[in-house]
Amino acid sequence: MTTDQPETGSMPPADAAGGALPPPAGPWRRALQGLASSRTAVLSGLGLVLIVLATVLAPVYAKHVAQTDPFRSGLSAKIMIDGKRSPVMERSTEGLGLGVTPIGPTWGPKYFLGADTQGRDVAARLLYGGQNSLVIAGAATLLCLVCAAVIGIVAGYAGGRVDTVLSNLIDMIWAFPVYLLAISLSIVMLGKTFEIGPIHISSSSLVVPIIIIGLVYVPYVARPVRGRVIAITNSDFVLAARGLGIRPSRILWRHILPNVATTLIVFAPMLMALNIVTESSLSFLSVGVQAPNASWGTILQDGQALLYSRPVVSMAPGIAIMVTVMLLNLFGDVLRDILDPKSVRGR
Amino acid sequence: MTERPTFPMADHPTPGAPSPILSIRNLRVAFQGARGAWNEVVHGLSLTVAAGETVALVGESGSGKSVTSLALMRLLDPATSRITGQVTLDGAEVLSLSEAEMVARVRGRIAAMIFQEPMTSLHPIYTVGEQLIEALCCHRPMPRAEARRAAVALMERVRIPDAARRLDDYPHAFSGGMRQRVMIAMALASRPKLLIADEPTTALDVTVQGEILSLLKELQEDYGMAMLFITHDMGVVAEMADRTVVMLRGDVVEEGPTAQVFHAPRAPYTRALLASVPALGSMRGEPVPLRFPAIDPASGAATPGLPLARQPDLGTPLLEVRDLVNRFDVRGGLLRRKVARVHAVENVSFAIHPAETLALVGESGCGKSTTGRSIIRLAGGTSSGSVRLDATELFTLSPGRLRLQRREIQMIPQDPLASLNPRMTIGEALVEPFLEHRMGPAAEARAKAARLMDQVGLSPAMLERFPHEFSGGQRQRLCIARALMLDPRVIIADESVSALDVSVKAQVVNLLLDIQERTGIAFLFISHDIAVVERISHRIAVMYQGEIVEIGPRAAVMETPQHPYTRRLIEAVAVPDPARRHLRRTQPPSELMNPIRPLDFVPPERRYREAGPGHFVRED
Amino acid sequence: MLAVILSRLARMVVVMVGISVITFLIFFATPGADPAARIAGRNAAPETVTAVRHDFGLDRPIWVQYGVMMRKMFVTGDLTSFVNRGQKIVPTLTAAAPVTLSLVAGAAVLWMALGAATGIIAAAFKDRLPDKILMGVSMMAVAMPVFWVGEMVNLVTQSRLHDTWAFSWVPPLGYVPLSESPARWFLALIFPWITLSFLYIGLYGRMLRTGIIETYQEDYIRTARAKGLTARRVLLKHATRAAIIPVVIMFGMDFGVLVGGAAVLTEVVFGLNGVGRLTYQALKVLDLPMIMAAVLYASFFVVLANAVVDLLCILIDPRLRRK
Repeated sequence: MTTDQPETGSMPPADAAGGALPPPAGPWRRALQGLASSRTAVLSGLGLVLIVLATVLAPVYAKHVAQTDPFRSGLSAKIMIDGKRSPVMERSTEGLGLGVTPIGPTWGPKYFLGADTQGRDVAARLLYGGQNSLVIAGAATLLCLVCAAVIGIVAGYAGGRVDTVLSNLIDMIWAFPVYLLAISLSIVMLGKTFEIGPIHISSSSLVVPIIIIGLVYVPYVARPVRGRVIAITNSDFVLAARGLGIRPSRILWRHILPNVATTLIVFAPMLMALNIVTESSLSFLSVGVQAPNASWGTILQDGQALLYSRPVVSMAPGIAIMVTVMLLNLFGDVLRDILDPKSVRGR
Repeated sequence: MTERPTFPMADHPTPGAPSPILSIRNLRVAFQGARGAWNEVVHGLSLTVAAGETVALVGESGSGKSVTSLALMRLLDPATSRITGQVTLDGAEVLSLSEAEMVARVRGRIAAMIFQEPMTSLHPIYTVGEQLIEALCCHRPMPRAEARRAAVALMERVRIPDAARRLDDYPHAFSGGMRQRVMIAMALASRPKLLIADEPTTALDVTVQGEILSLLKELQEDYGMAMLFITHDMGVVAEMADRTVVMLRGDVVEEGPTAQVFHAPRAPYTRALLASVPALGSMRGEPVPLRFPAIDPASGAATPGLPLARQPDLGTPLLEVRDLVNRFDVRGGLLRRKVARVHAVENVSFAIHPAETLALVGESGCGKSTTGRSIIRLAGGTSSGSVRLDATELFTLSPGRLRLQRREIQMIPQDPLASLNPRMTIGEALVEPFLEHRMGPAAEARAKAARLMDQVGLSPAMLERFPHEFSGGQRQRLCIARALMLDPRVIIADESVSALDVSVKAQVVNLLLDIQERTGIAFLFISHDIAVVERISHRIAVMYQGEIVEIGPRAAVMETPQHPYTRRLIEAVAVPDPARRHLRRTQPPSELMNPIRPLDFVPPERRYREAGPGHFVRED
Repeated sequence: MLAVILSRLARMVVVMVGISVITFLIFFATPGADPAARIAGRNAAPETVTAVRHDFGLDRPIWVQYGVMMRKMFVTGDLTSFVNRGQKIVPTLTAAAPVTLSLVAGAAVLWMALGAATGIIAAAFKDRLPDKILMGVSMMAVAMPVFWVGEMVNLVTQSRLHDTWAFSWVPPLGYVPLSESPARWFLALIFPWITLSFLYIGLYGRMLRTGIIETYQEDYIRTARAKGLTARRVLLKHATRAAIIPVVIMFGMDFGVLVGGAAVLTEVVFGLNGVGRLTYQALKVLDLPMIMAAVLYASFFVVLANAVVDLLCILIDPRLRRK
């Protein structure tokens, strides 16, 4: 079978434009139409929007539903359950009865998912934490894509010695295990404040994890971007543009960049998913988001001590991560099928 | 065409003879589209192939001929395709067999298949021996040693030199022609009664195509196989087929003995198709390039094409290429050191005059495309020599000056889709070079783009569209329009019509001739298709291994070829006329040589003798 | 051939030197990084910091410090910890290595076998129920943080269902050397193996499935089918064989990284004192000699894995073999 679209082999050529042709459809518009017609893409996209909305509404939930401040410890707080006043930190019933265990899920407006070791409302913290997790992952994704695009395009387009140096640098950072690199950077950057000109970054700022998570995956994106740039630079249409006498700067801007953009877009959701997991892992190792900020990772870390007594504190953020990452991957798969030319071939 | 010559097919069975090997009745094939809608591409095809007979299934792309062949073997994905009708292969009802029965009884047993792309049809990570042995053993289990011997015998049978040693080579070590021989050997492994050949020579060079065709004929006689030959090439049909079936968009429009189909076509489409096919030798006695006939699609009646009215201006040459050399370094080893050099173009000299067409012909790897790209310094590698356009020496220009100079020499590419940026509208693509060269304001650029769209036979309303929304022929017209935006004086057409369907090809060639007549543009027409070249060129240069072996006026080179390679090239072309079958049997395979040379290689001094006025032949 | 191996080795050394320099610079030369202040502890008197700085040789030029550390690590082998004074680095690291190797090797067997099975079965049943189930599970496996999976496994096997018949055999968290008791070694590692491999089964299964389905578009698969091979043989011998090459490449890289210490999360959750956990602890207390040794150890395996993968590629893909 021919891979090309069936050509009208007969005379006359179907050149004369008939009246009933569909409106012109650019590649971007076609990609959007493809997404809109994919049930998986629409549903996963909708799910992601809901998650984002929920986390955005975290203050509303905290104020009007849970009526607590999830960033202040509430060790001596009491709530009404079934008309009885119970302390949030219950006397431990296990073992010798020493120490206290935070209240479990009430499945009511207050302490819906129970409290953590400091008596804070887990449900409210989950929403606030989600906000931070998503912001960090999103900003890190953006940072990574920008850095990778710059490195990949410079290396791929300039070629020669620039390419050799950059490619070797990429390979070298690649040989660094991601988690070790991230932990190393965190250790160095945390506990210090940075003064870069007028910009003041405190050690507990979210900027620190964003930079760390954004940078560690740069080689993984820069390498394929470089390959794509080289492929496009050697493509027939760039050769044609050179033959037409188009300026090199315009070739880069109008012919190469828009075609590299698809590669970057395909990476975005997968990278975002990866970053969410990375953030949680770093926070779990207490080298990610720092108190008083919360994230899904820090809640998981808080929950570690309560794993056997109040597993919900660990389960809830884990499930939140899993669902978000799955939705991102589902969406990313569809996006890749639509934008990656490799999957277009064949029937 | 009242005269009906007799053809040597008396000893072949006539259509409708008892118990055909293959009989197809009312075959319909449909595919499921992205939104679940079924789209029928073959509408009720019926045909029979008798034992020992060769039937050609011919049509242009989209005619459903390849789909038919895959449907016969049930090789289409059952999840997205639907096949109905009746297919009987040597008594087996193919469409009602289970997949397991297909494997056990039909595929590779009754019927075997060879495909168009020999480069990708063999598994890249198994040796050809393993693949041959697999084909032998899957139908008739046998000990390993015996299978090896049988595989060597098969490879010898398809005339692969040094078969015993090459058995353990991987496919990438074989040339395209040799790989196609391996495919044929594999198909013969279980002595099928029917060989389905799906465009088996389309991807091959002319001389190799001739060898493969003659091998197929020879094997068919030896094995007594029937053959279903699927092709778009009327020359190949005329050379091979006893009977011919012509398909158009999923329908059979004509069927009959090959001679009858060629000499007394009944269907308008067949007539139109045949009128569009250039036949080598048909230009004998014509002094100037000739357009293809204009065809009325309803009746298929052809109005003879007009000759080119404008004569080349044979004063001072417009473009003069002297001693052009282009070499690529082959790097290897651990330090990526230079280990050899490809002498892609070696001491090529020629001149083109205004309104003249010089054709550069040769087979793949002969350096003809590199020559074209070297002229405008887009070839890569290292070039030397001299290219002068009027008084300007292109090889010493600064990059900035060169960029401006490129306006004068434009290129029409082989693959128009790949040559158009998928993310730019046609309007943007046409206007861009005009504005880049500051030839006028944007409004003027848009007006000119609209005018040129009209000239190349497309609606200016289509300027808003994107390349993927056009057909192959339309895209080539777009590339022509884009080149014309710059008012070039020379156009390098690099295999520009080779990938197009016959009828579309004829129209694009006519368009090029119209443009030449109107503007006096000079063409460097690079092609492997000698029949088209004969039609449109004033002069022809034949290239072989990076060098020109013969150059001269079209009539002189085509009618009195002097160099042995030129003769071989012309002889190998299959002519779309069953009365002129001429392929020799049992040709020894020839391998095209890559011009890869050691680093210290010094190219030999070449001398050319003048065989006639302006007709030069390399002395070997 | 010898020249190829030598050049490969030279490249490995260059990359490792590069990595050691980068690491060294991260900890010793980033603005505001003062190892002496860290060692001296919070709120230490300036004199103490100065004394510590001199004591640890941190007042010497940076390249001298680098040279001294490299010599102690590779030549004399008497590099000692900054934090636990007297603790020798090299023996500590070699003691942790078998733990990580046991964890990663066992998990690798599991994930290669199950990952390949997942990919092949899913591709064979493309778009049908087995495919949908396998890909759904794989999707989940890829989406869950590995330490969380570990916690959930512990929750079930160590706490909630530990006293039932199903999991009463599960030993407490920790590592038992193979030389001490093969059976207990095996039991102690079963759940760490499952946890670590779960993610990779999903990852490799999805990758192989996509690869096989893409390979089915190739012309040579059509050839194999046309010559009359059974569907099973086409799937296993022709499609899977071609599609598994990128999976093998990825396996080599992942294995190297994990042996080098990237299994840190699994090690922390299951209380295994492997290289990853060692590195993590060294990082937390900023034990510079230990960090340098651990990073070099890790990069050695990554670089080695790179080299092995390159060699493996040549072995399994003849297309790369031409000259």
